[in-house]
Amino acid sequence: MYKAVIGLEVHCELNTESKMFSGSKNTYSKVPNENISVIDLAFPGILPLPNKEAIRKALKLAMALNCEVPDIVKFDRKNYYYPDLPKGYQLTQMTKPFGRNGHLTINFNGEEKKCTIHQLHLEEDTANMDHYDGYSLLDYNRAGIPLVEIVTDPVFNDEKTVIEFLESLRSIIKYIDVSEASSDKGQLRVDVNISMMKETDTELGVRAEIKGINSFNSVKEIILYEMERQREILESGGQVKQETRRWVDDEKVTVSMREKVDAIDYKFYVEPNIPVVKLDKEFLDEIRKEIPALPYERELKYISLGVNSKDARTLVREKAISDFFESVLSLGGDAKDAANWMTTRLLGFMNTNNKTIEEVYLTPEMLVELINMVKSGKISSQQAKEVFASVLEEEKSPSEIVKEKGMEQISDPDLIRDIVNKVLDENPSQLETYKSGKTNIIGFFVGQVLKASGGKANPGVASKILNEEIVKR
Amino acid sequence: MIMGKNIDELRQELDEGVVNACDLFNSAMEASSKSQESVNAFVSIMDKCECSGGSSVLSGIPYALKDNFSTSGILTTGSSNILKDYVPVFDSTVYKKLKEAGAILIGKTVLDELAMGGSGLTGHTGIVRNPWDTTRISGGSSAGSAASVSLGIVPFSIGSDTGDSVRKPASLCGIVGFKPTYGRISRFGLFPFASSLDHVGIFARNVKDITYVTDVLKGYDELDMTSLPDEDIKYVDTLDKDIKEKKLFYIKEIVESVSTEENKEVIKIFKENIDKFRSEGVIVEEVSFDKKLLECLYPIYFIISCAEATSNNSNLTGFIFGSREQGNSPREVMFNTRTKGFSEMIKRRFITGSYILQRENQERLFLNAKRARRMIVEKMNLLFKEYDGLILPAGGIAPKINPDEETDRLGSDYLLLDNHLAIGNFGGYPSITFPMGYVSNMPVGINLTCPQREDASCLNIAFKLESVIGIKDVCAGGENIG
Repeated sequence: MYKAVIGLEVHCELNTESKMFSGSKNTYSKVPNENISVIDLAFPGILPLPNKEAIRKALKLAMALNCEVPDIVKFDRKNYYYPDLPKGYQLTQMTKPFGRNGHLTINFNGEEKKCTIHQLHLEEDTANMDHYDGYSLLDYNRAGIPLVEIVTDPVFNDEKTVIEFLESLRSIIKYIDVSEASSDKGQLRVDVNISMMKETDTELGVRAEIKGINSFNSVKEIILYEMERQREILESGGQVKQETRRWVDDEKVTVSMREKVDAIDYKFYVEPNIPVVKLDKEFLDEIRKEIPALPYERELKYISLGVNSKDARTLVREKAISDFFESVLSLGGDAKDAANWMTTRLLGFMNTNNKTIEEVYLTPEMLVELINMVKSGKISSQQAKEVFASVLEEEKSPSEIVKEKGMEQISDPDLIRDIVNKVLDENPSQLETYKSGKTNIIGFFVGQVLKASGGKANPGVASKILNEEIVKR
Repeated sequence: MIMGKNIDELRQELDEGVVNACDLFNSAMEASSKSQESVNAFVSIMDKCECSGGSSVLSGIPYALKDNFSTSGILTTGSSNILKDYVPVFDSTVYKKLKEAGAILIGKTVLDELAMGGSGLTGHTGIVRNPWDTTRISGGSSAGSAASVSLGIVPFSIGSDTGDSVRKPASLCGIVGFKPTYGRISRFGLFPFASSLDHVGIFARNVKDITYVTDVLKGYDELDMTSLPDEDIKYVDTLDKDIKEKKLFYIKEIVESVSTEENKEVIKIFKENIDKFRSEGVIVEEVSFDKKLLECLYPIYFIISCAEATSNNSNLTGFIFGSREQGNSPREVMFNTRTKGFSEMIKRRFITGSYILQRENQERLFLNAKRARRMIVEKMNLLFKEYDGLILPAGGIAPKINPDEETDRLGSDYLLLDNHLAIGNFGGYPSITFPMGYVSNMPVGINLTCPQREDASCLNIAFKLESVIGIKDVCAGGENIG
């Protein structure tokens, strides 16, 4: 039996205003070569100007992933020739990466897994190059965009855990607002290193690297494909080659690009044009303070408040939704009720109407109001559903709607007692049936009381008074 | 009209209205063109006087700029075929500041290809000859900038100095050459050779003119992270301070190491001048320095500069700018462009640099060179706690263009006397070369190197010593017009 051993390199473009070493705009653009400057194009004589915001954001991500962070900023040159690299070297962090020995805890099928992160470093992105028959096109908009590379240890054994890790990572990236992390815009790209080994082996097998994968779904397909490909080679007595492979999405196969990936010597050395800068404690503390409670932490908290694990997972998926939920909690709203309203009705409404949580009319205050109206018996839970829908569609507050629709529940015992007695008077035969021992007919009376009250009577109070009055008869 | 005049003289004529900036431009342009055949200092000579006004001391004063400073709209070749048609779209900070000060660009000067080399023989437009004797080299790499000042065409010019590329040609051409502390003048827009050693430097025919230009060029530049913070002083204001009791030292091993008759003559002149300085109240002491370490100066310089140069010039691929050759793949285009665009000498340096940076060699070559560099700097910094400056002969006299004998590159004349100026680049020290006498009818220079950031003191001492020596405002041929 073979098992897969998988490590990931995740590249994430940071959402800064400007590029890593120039003042060019860092925005996604479909117009090629629009956001460029002499610095991005490496005209002779240019010098790099590090972007402080990118440094902050990269450090923030390193901290959110529980990494050890260095006390200095230092960049190294990674030297290689390729047209997508204008300077002929990429500025990256070889000697002093912003993060080392970090981890990200994921929960998969109720099982916790601590995924260790070997290294996290900040660098500049390369240009986009498209090859055609006989020519290639270069778009330097991407050249110089701040890029964080996260390198995991080879800690994964299957595609499902990998995807869970990637989803969690993306979620953290968005929580701390360091990247839009959109796969469609190429802001999150994954390299997969995968090898196979026997359960009894002590050494890792020879690995293949598949670079620049743009979607999580492809990651899944590639892992499954490679597991099968490598297993077949090994089972037939062959040897897996150490190579870089490329995914051909149309055919759902990987093909070899080049062998011996470690053979390239990048001749790293310290960038002389950027003086080493000390990272003082206050600067680091300030960044650390900006990190909000992260999804997994929130998920555990919601579960401890009685929310079921499926709903808890749903609530933390997006920060804005989780923040909404957090506000409800801080306003004293019941966790279980709020989770229920949000996961079923609110998210459903947002999905159908293609709206974000910021765009819906409902506020945490309104949700708390609604929950409390039900709790205090002011309206029935049946009515509450109607109110909830009206808030979203008519864009009015719950109290306005309750008032408008005359939904205020009757909970006054004297008023209800009058109705109860009227109902009992009008239904003597049913009363007989009850008295003969068939007490479950009480539901009929409650229904009649509600009907007589135009749906406003509080069912709980009605039921209690019915019991009292029946006994008297 | 302009020939041989210094900044003070030209300033006075301009201010009095005897001449205007365009007169000076035309005069300099004519002289430049005329000198091309014999000296070949210029890659480009400007054909239009663009007087931008300005109210600085340099307003209206013509100058020449080494052709490795980016000038928007003006051809900038680095004296290399790979950039022979390159017209930049942005200005170097140095050019921008001079423009704002109202100084007038006369031409872009020849350098050793991409500033690598010390002879002035390797520029793509041909060799630069020494104005004193056109059978001799001008020295480099800032060859044309040194020659144009030595010819008297312009009162000052701009060069760059990575090992001695300003201070060496200054010595060989009989003028003053200064590179301030690393970071004092922004390198933005200077084509990089070896970034950790590269400095902007200035040529003139007297120390005061050097100081005027330094005052205009110095200062923090947000485009160069290694630039130093502004100081609220003008160096010209402290130029005339008394230097009695100033303590200088020279290195015994360098002065004692010479073997040729000419170099012995150089040392003799040096010692005579030291005696003159002493009689003026300056303290000059002999200090012994580890000879093994001194013999490493050139190898250290060569290793670090080749390594950095390989990487710094990796942008010259023909893809985005510069001449592009044809090819069937991006790789081939790049390969053909670089094969055709660089001379053999450059390729050798790149290959050497690449070898030095290779994983298996980096520790032994590159990192050891950096360690040895630090050892030398630490030793110098210790000495600078005690002394205000290091004074040494700048080197021997200019050799013949086609020497009968190859220089003995492992002999101590070469390793010590001719290559010690790199100390100034290792430590980023302010360092100035100025004339001290003549050997075989050729000028020789003396060099003063001072502690980091002590630019004002360096210029002050040099200004005073210059007058003790009594050679200034000298153009090629020895005419003392000033």
